[in-house]
Amino acid sequence: MASRPVPKIMKQGKFAPWFYLAPALILMFFFIVYPMFNTIGLSFRDSNGEGSAATLCKEEQACWGVFENYRYALTGEIDKTSISAAWKSFWISSFGNTIKWIFLMVSGTVIIGLLFAKLVDGIKHEGLAKAILFMPMAISFVGAGVIWKFVYNYGTQRVQIGILNAIITALGGEPVSFLTATGLNTIALVVVGTWMWTGFCMTILSSSLKSVPEEILEAARVDGANEWHVFTRIIIPIIMPTIIVVITTMVINVLKQFDIVYVMTGGNFHTDVIANRMYTEMYINYNTGRGTAIAVILIMAVLPFIYINIKRFMAQEEMR
Amino acid sequence: MKRDKINKFFSRIPKHIIILFVLVIWITPTLGLLITSLRPVQDINTSGWWMILKPRDDIASQQNLPKFTLNNYIDALVGYRGTRNYVSDCENGTAPLDMRCNAADILNPRGMIRALLNSLIVTIPATILPILFAAFAGYAFSWLDFKGRTLLFAILVGLQVVPLQMTMVPISRAYSTLGLNGTFLGVWLFHTGFGMPYAIYLMRNFLGSLPKDLFESAYLDGASHWTAFVQLAIPLAIPAIASLGIFQFLWVWNDLLVSLVFLGGTKPVITYQIANMVSSLGAGWHLLTAAAFLSMLLPIVVFFALQKYFVKGMLAGAVKG
Repeated sequence: MASRPVPKIMKQGKFAPWFYLAPALILMFFFIVYPMFNTIGLSFRDSNGEGSAATLCKEEQACWGVFENYRYALTGEIDKTSISAAWKSFWISSFGNTIKWIFLMVSGTVIIGLLFAKLVDGIKHEGLAKAILFMPMAISFVGAGVIWKFVYNYGTQRVQIGILNAIITALGGEPVSFLTATGLNTIALVVVGTWMWTGFCMTILSSSLKSVPEEILEAARVDGANEWHVFTRIIIPIIMPTIIVVITTMVINVLKQFDIVYVMTGGNFHTDVIANRMYTEMYINYNTGRGTAIAVILIMAVLPFIYINIKRFMAQEEMR
Repeated sequence: MKRDKINKFFSRIPKHIIILFVLVIWITPTLGLLITSLRPVQDINTSGWWMILKPRDDIASQQNLPKFTLNNYIDALVGYRGTRNYVSDCENGTAPLDMRCNAADILNPRGMIRALLNSLIVTIPATILPILFAAFAGYAFSWLDFKGRTLLFAILVGLQVVPLQMTMVPISRAYSTLGLNGTFLGVWLFHTGFGMPYAIYLMRNFLGSLPKDLFESAYLDGASHWTAFVQLAIPLAIPAIASLGIFQFLWVWNDLLVSLVFLGGTKPVITYQIANMVSSLGAGWHLLTAAAFLSMLLPIVVFFALQKYFVKGMLAGAVKG
């Protein structure tokens, strides 16, 4: 363990460090560590957190014993009449939608963020351009939800007051109900998330772009490489570690994404995601067992990233 | 030489067009919200906000209404839900029953003034407390020696990405036995506890990177750890405190889930109020757009004023739950 040694000369009382640490450690224990284990325990219990989850089993129905809440969480949304129906229903279930969110939003934010960072690098009003892209980060998901609900507004009358449908009808098309059309609606929600988070990716990637030594790029240009090759074959490999950090951060963010879905569709019309489903089970259906089981599934998905984070931290410490 | 310059000029055009195109996409939604919030309700539902510069041919123009109005904001602030607007209803004495047309309307539970006040009450302590405790812990992690220092910090790094949802249920159960549900104290504590790992991480990285000589010479001059902490570490950590403060402020101000679960309708904060309006109002765009813009005002001001610190804090590793 390579934490930096404290200067030997600084003497300290035996308990001094713990006085400094106590408030933080106590709070973290009661608000993070203890509830985590409690949540795991509750996920094996019934809807009030009292009896075992196994008591929820009914005769002649599939049952996983104490894992009954997990059976519900994992298979409750799946249409089991046939394999193709199951496959189809999976992709509009909260799990299928979360997978769609991860792929679409992470690739969207990282690709747009990276290209934009490269494009504005060194232009006259770079700071302003970046601030505009970044601004949505400052507002709430709820505010963004209202903004985009208005963009997607679907009017049945003569006039379309939502700008997207106004453009579509001006071009001679039929207005689209973006938030209720299954399949399209999840994409419409992902667009909102992408709009909000691209600035985050752009800022981090931009600062790592600027740290690439200019001499390397010059050398490649002298050797006859064009700008696109310089970008894809030299810059991207050099900043790859940062890109990976950004991707992992974004995956975690998307997994926890709750507000956009809650505000814009409430998880209806097959737009549910894991985080919103957990809220619905817990605070609308008041089913502690099912709600916590979904939360545990969520943390299982985050677990690899916790491991990656700690490993990266250890590697950084070695280098200090 | 001259031809080179011309070529260079043309090769730049597509780049600038792409940049401009992206920026327009990014700005348009917010611009639409802002313009709509300033239009009379009659206009909002009969023409798109982008038609604002065109002469009007509808009822609104016959009534000779102004093109822009602050009525939506006033209605949203006091929580007016009638069919006309607060100002004219009060003048004519036809206000709905829940409107008093005096200062008492400020406290209307459906109004944005009430929600903004609640948001401030939630946000200020929930920003100060984590910074305070994180400064203590960050100092211990960087300048004090104790057993298990690295291990404890590694655990903390891991805790940074624990999802909020994972801790919510047991805490709301505990809160209902302690009577903390629906209280500001409960929300302050929750935000403080949950904000701790990232706050300590940031403070420790900053304090730990200060020069060692500084602390050594302070000690040689007879300073205790407490003096070194108060007179040396804290003043030097102002930039880190600023980034942390902005982050925590925006996080708490913009949060919906925590206030939804722990405060709900008893003490509505802005995000809760707006989310509620979305579901109960349907097409009341004049109120929704004004309310949404009110909620964005403070974060946007903070963001543009302190952008530098915001970006710094983010680059120092912003993964939070």
